[in-house]
This record gives sequence, C-alpha cells and structure tokens, in this order.
Amino acid sequence: MGDNEPGGPVVEVRDLRMRYGDKDVLVGVDFTIDAGEVVCLLGPNGAGKTTTIEILEGFRERSAGAVTVLEQDPSRATEAWRARTGVVLQSWRDHPRWTPRRLLDQMGGYYAPYGTAERPRPVPTDELLDVVGLTELADQRIATFSGGQRRRLDVAMGIVGRPELLFLDEPTAGFDPQARREFHHLVHRLTDLEGTTILLTTHDLDEAEKLADRVLILAGGRIVADDTAERLALRAAIDVEVKWSRDGERFVHATQDATAFVHQLLDEHGDAVVDLEVRRASLEDAYLALVQSHESGRSDEAARAFTEVI
Amino acid sequence: MATGSSVPPSPVLHAVRLGVRRGWAEFVQSLRSSQDQWFYLFTAFLAVGYLYLRRDTPVEGTDLFLPSVALPSILGGLLAFGLVIGPAYSLAMEKEDGTLLRAKAVPHGLVGYFAGQLVLHSSSIVPQMVAVLVPSFLLFDGLMADPSGWWTVAWVLVLALLATLPIGMAIGALVPSAQKVGMWGMLPVMLLAGISGIFYPIDALWGWVQVVAQLFPMYWLGLGMRSAFLPDSAAALEIGESWRTLETVLVLGAWAVVGALVVPALLRRMARRQSGSQVAAAREAATQWVK
Repeated sequence: MGDNEPGGPVVEVRDLRMRYGDKDVLVGVDFTIDAGEVVCLLGPNGAGKTTTIEILEGFRERSAGAVTVLEQDPSRATEAWRARTGVVLQSWRDHPRWTPRRLLDQMGGYYAPYGTAERPRPVPTDELLDVVGLTELADQRIATFSGGQRRRLDVAMGIVGRPELLFLDEPTAGFDPQARREFHHLVHRLTDLEGTTILLTTHDLDEAEKLADRVLILAGGRIVADDTAERLALRAAIDVEVKWSRDGERFVHATQDATAFVHQLLDEHGDAVVDLEVRRASLEDAYLALVQSHESGRSDEAARAFTEVI
Repeated sequence: MATGSSVPPSPVLHAVRLGVRRGWAEFVQSLRSSQDQWFYLFTAFLAVGYLYLRRDTPVEGTDLFLPSVALPSILGGLLAFGLVIGPAYSLAMEKEDGTLLRAKAVPHGLVGYFAGQLVLHSSSIVPQMVAVLVPSFLLFDGLMADPSGWWTVAWVLVLALLATLPIGMAIGALVPSAQKVGMWGMLPVMLLAGISGIFYPIDALWGWVQVVAQLFPMYWLGLGMRSAFLPDSAAALEIGESWRTLETVLVLGAWAVVGALVVPALLRRMARRQSGSQVAAAREAATQWVK
C-alpha cells in the first residue's frame, strides 16, 4: 500500500504467548503490520485468532510477549490511544430502542475531543450512514433490523472515530454473498481514501485472498505463514501430485517436475499405468488439509505439515 | 490539571455530558416503550388495588385507615425494588449483549455509559411514583397529613437513590448472567419486602427477623416515607415509638458510603473482563436455557 506514514510499524508482536489454565493457545506469535496495510489473520476455528485480536485491541491480558500497537502497549493504553483505533463488534441485541442516527451521534461524540485537522473526528453521521448504506433506515428502531443491517451498523460504529487502525473479527460471518461483496468494497474504500490500517480475522481463505495485502496463517498457536496471498499460492504450488494405478494398486508421488516424472513412469511400465492424474496443489488444498487436521485435534502436527508445504 | 497527565480533564467531562444525554435518551425511549409502560401500570395496579380492597380497614392504635399507612410503605418498597432490580438487570443484560463492550471500545465510553445508567435509573423512579401516587390521591382521603411532608419525601428519595442504586449495580456487576438476576437480585429483594414492615407492622415478627430487616435499606425507606406522609401520632406504631429520623439518615447514608466505595471497583473489574469472546459466549449460553 502507498501512503506509509513516518514512524515504525503500526502493530508489532514479538513472542506473544497466551495460556488459559493449562492450555497453551498461543505459543510464540510474531508479526508486524505497517501503516496502510490490510492484513488478514487466517486460521481454523479455535486457532487463537480472536484471542490474538483481543490482545491487540486491549480487551484481553496476554500471558507473555511484547505487543506494541500505535506506539503503545494495548494492555496499558490511554483513552487517546483508544480514540485512534476502531473495533467492529458483532452486535446481537444491544441498543434495541435506539435508531442508527441517534446511536452514531452518541458513539461518535466521544471522539470529538480527539479530532485533528488531518483526521476530523467523528465522521459526520449522515456521511457514515451513506457509506454503510443505512440512510433509509436511519430513523428506524434497531430492534427491527435484519442480521445484515445490524452488521452494517456494526461497521459504522467501528469507523465512526475515523480510526487509524481498524480491527475486524470475523466481519462477514453470517453475510449473504451480496452483503459480503459490499463489505469488501467498503474495506477497499477505507484503505484507499482514509489510509486506514486494517487487521481482520477470518477462517475463509477466499475472503483473505480478496481483501488482504498480506495473509498471516495462525495454526498450532503460532504464525505458520506470512506473505501475500499470491506468493503463498505460488509456494504451495511448487509440488505437483502425480497419482496412478498399476496392477490394481494405487500410487501417489509428489514432485517438482511432473513432466519428467511421468515420462519416466511411462517408459518403465508403459500400458500397465492406468488412472493417471497430475495435479498442482493449490493454497486452498494446503489450507483445507490444515483445517481438517486442526479440527480432528491434531493442530501441532497440522501446523508442521503446513509449514513443510508452504 | 498538570501538563503531561495522561487524561486531560475535558474529554472526561465531555464524556459525562454525553452520558447524561445517553441516559436521558434511554429514559425517554423507556417512557415510549409499551413494555415499560405496562410494567409501571402493572405495579401501580397491584399496589393501588391492594389499598382499594382494604380501604375500610382501620389501623389499630390510630384513627387512620389502611391506605394511609400502607401507601408510604409500598412507595418505599417500590423504590428499593426499582432501584435494585432495574440497574441489576440493565448491567447483567448489557454486559451480555455487547452494550458495555461498545462503550469500552470508544474513548471514555465507560464514563459515559455509567453516567447514563445513573441518569436513566434515577429518572425511572419518577414514572413509578407518579403511577402509584396519582390514582391513590384520587381514590383515598387523608394520605398526606401535612404538606411539609413532601420535603421529607424529597430527601428520602435522594437517600434512596444513593443507598440502593449501588446495590443494584453491584448485583448486576457480579451475577454471571442475566438469567441469574432472579436468584441473586429478585429473591433477596422479595424476602426483604416480606420482612420490612411494608404489608404488616414489623413488630409482628420475631426479634431476630426485625434485626435483619433493619440492616437493609428497604425498611428505612418505608419508615422514612411513613414519617413523611403520616401524622406524628402514628409514630407510636413504630419500633421505639419514634420516626427515628437520625437513624434513617445514618443507615441509608452508611449504605451510600459503602456503595460509593465498593461499586466503582466492581464496575472496573466487570469492564476489564469485557471482551468480544465473552459476549459471544453469553450469546451461546442465552440460546441454551436448559443445561
């Protein structure tokens, strides 16, 4: 992304550890996010994505490690720091009697003392309603909203303070495809127009590829991949899987040069080789394999296997 | 404020003002909500209905009828009930549904949130009082012995707020879920209502029960209200044959002081624990009532 602001990274995480009781959720997470980047924290459910993002938001105390977000430690951050961040929360049934206009006026009001010429705070309510497409519902009680409308309001409340850094935890969970597309537009707009740095979590690889400049894959309590989606895809695709049958037996072989291998195979066995299949592994394959072993409780093993592929 | 301090005073004051606006908005929304209107009317209907059915019952030892003696006691009970259960439910619900977390995510949002809670629950006693007082004054005679009693009503109301609101907030902060407010809030308040001399004179109860009742604000709110509405001669019905005004102020004042000391720490503890995953867990739990 273009507009790098002067100064260090927006987020810096070193050897972050989290332990609940005797269960280690994070065992040494390291990553950095620069100004203006959109970074996606991807991983199977239960991999610790929410824990990580809540530590960065300052909503959860970490067990160990160094975390710096916008030059401060989020666990001891000031309200002025809070004013520079935005959190998109998943609403459920809060503020049922309020209307979006009144609620955004109220929530935005808290940011007013922190506005600057460069970043006027809060975003005017009408502008915000327009951005998230709630203008027509602006004066309706929130209790009457559908799930998708509520989520748009969640996004509006997350960005009402014109944040420099925005956190989104599973932002499109429960969205229909149309809502999801609109949301992706909105994210691009935020980064392009406002230079907002965004950290979002998802378990959906497709979403990570669409939105993120960089994908961090969290598994087995640490980051197992940290790169652009394209480069991760390329790396995962180096090996080609060759499958065939001979004399009723099934064979699989992974190779980097499929052409040469198949040549040799046919030279040796000729017509005995049947059901030949040559397939380039995709990032999706590697990720799905990771998710699958994670869900069957073999998260460490899965993380290691994934690191080998990538 | 000294320079270099991490919290400039203006954003905090600003947040308090926003919180007052928030509380007022919630109060107006509550007045317009049929759910809350029904609650006010229903409690008033029960209270006034009880008084009406017993309008001809004389009170032994006085020349008064039951409504004159029971109305102030019921007002005291309703105050304590509303000021404990109201905030307890609000807090318990709003830490589950994410309202509190939203407040935490904006700068000084918690200051605004709690200021709003104070305004909302303080204002809420007005419709509750009005709903009981207006029909009572229309139906019954001789409720207020001396107009100067309204002054006493005013200071008892202020002490009621200071003494019982913190109890409600503490319950709301401590209960693990809104479903548990019934057990930890409603039940004790109902028990206290039973032993606090609201429906029958307290000296009809065993001595140790009288002692327990006098430890809590509800009895004193009822006593304070009776001292406001009834003629001085009616003090003969009370413990010690006196309105015990000084004791009333001391006991309610002590609760107010303890509340002011303890509750901010409890609220901070509650707010510190708020996170998205806690709200998500509460959402899961709420859809699973039977465990």
